[in-house]
Amino acid sequence: MWTWFYQLASPKWFYQFSTRLLPWFRWITGLLFLLGLALGLLFSQVDYQQGNTVRILYIHVPAAFMGMFAYVVMAITGAIGFVWRIKMAHIVSVSCASVGALFTLLALITGAVWGKPTWGTYWIWDARLTSFLILFFLYLGFMALHNAFDDKKTADRAAAVLAIVGLVNIPIIHFSVEWWNTLHQGATISKFEKPSMDADMLAALLVMLAAYQFYFLTALMQRVRAEILVREKLSGWVQKLVTGNNS
Amino acid sequence: MRSSLNALIKREISVVLRSQSEFIYPLAFFLIVTSLFPLAVTPDPVQLAFLAPGVIWVAALLSILMSLNSFYQLDYEEGGLEQLLLAGVSGRDIVMAKSIANWLVTGLPLVIVAPLIGVLFDINWDANKIAMLSLFLGTPSLCLIGSIGMCLTLGLRNGGVLLTLLVLPLFIPVLIFGASAVQAAAIGTNFSGQLAILGALLVLSIMLAPFAGAAAMKIAID
Repeated sequence: MWTWFYQLASPKWFYQFSTRLLPWFRWITGLLFLLGLALGLLFSQVDYQQGNTVRILYIHVPAAFMGMFAYVVMAITGAIGFVWRIKMAHIVSVSCASVGALFTLLALITGAVWGKPTWGTYWIWDARLTSFLILFFLYLGFMALHNAFDDKKTADRAAAVLAIVGLVNIPIIHFSVEWWNTLHQGATISKFEKPSMDADMLAALLVMLAAYQFYFLTALMQRVRAEILVREKLSGWVQKLVTGNNS
Repeated sequence: MRSSLNALIKREISVVLRSQSEFIYPLAFFLIVTSLFPLAVTPDPVQLAFLAPGVIWVAALLSILMSLNSFYQLDYEEGGLEQLLLAGVSGRDIVMAKSIANWLVTGLPLVIVAPLIGVLFDINWDANKIAMLSLFLGTPSLCLIGSIGMCLTLGLRNGGVLLTLLVLPLFIPVLIFGASAVQAAAIGTNFSGQLAILGALLVLSIMLAPFAGAAAMKIAID
């Protein structure tokens, strides 16, 4: 068990291990998406107030969840890398950023598309929307900081500090934004009024959540592999891999 | 240990005050930016009084952001920071001293000048007092949080712009509670909750920011 854990921290071993794992993850992701979308778009019930617009829920809610989840993974792996100086942890942390930022952006865009027919406007300075926008800015800051350094090691450590600071701040930002909004205008549209959810809607949502989770793992793995190749480009095994198998 | 902190603060202040007029810039910036709003939006006193809390707070936040650089960049480039760390001064003390000095040189003048802006924007005296008080409680947190971002961007070529991107999202809670305290005072409702939270944020940033700043500083100097 422990040797397996140690091996995970070696870029070369991780690369080879993930080569075998990746096809499986791709297939599971694809199947889960097919199943989830079929359940959500074809077989789940129509909301009595919102009609078919409610179906965007199956895209929007998992994206929002994954946007936050990816940030937590990014900060925790960053902290692990910072404290124990594990190269692989930093690579995972950095790879989380762009995937997480995309999830957050997707949640914002689908939210806007959803908002137009239901609330009558694309954007409203609602607490949740605002704190998501700020989350997106935090991701941008992380990526910008990491790109600003020439030396990867310095970049990793600096970005890890920023991710941890951000993680401490996210709850504070979230609650202050919530407070700000309720203070300003009362709860006009507090959050999306959930009709206590139907069983088949919930099933579709959970399948979609699993699909997003696997998509995250797959995309993360591919980013990590690319990052490993870039960082280890001077080592023997990468050169062998790139120039041809046997030479 | 406290005397070393005192010595550090004295050093910071004298370094900044001797660099001619640089410490005046943020204050001038504050005055100019706030006086742009009546020109851009409207000279109507009623609407200006409505805008004032937000304008004062956003301008104060940006001036603090501008002031950070003069406390760190030169010190880093000339090796002063490295020497201090080599001499065994803890990074936390350095960040703390710089933040205190930063507040005394930049934050405190903002607190003193804020009522003037309040008068220009035609807000009542109660709101003006609360504007001072909220800036008094909020600007030190801004200096402390800003120092984390500053330490992270030390020695980077485009550090200034990046600093804005990193730090502004973290400033949001202070901005929200600072501005809403002034707003509440202006319409005559209870504002003690906002001030209490500003105080809590200050305590939290005094506790945590020096750690993060020191960690970031060590990365930059390694």
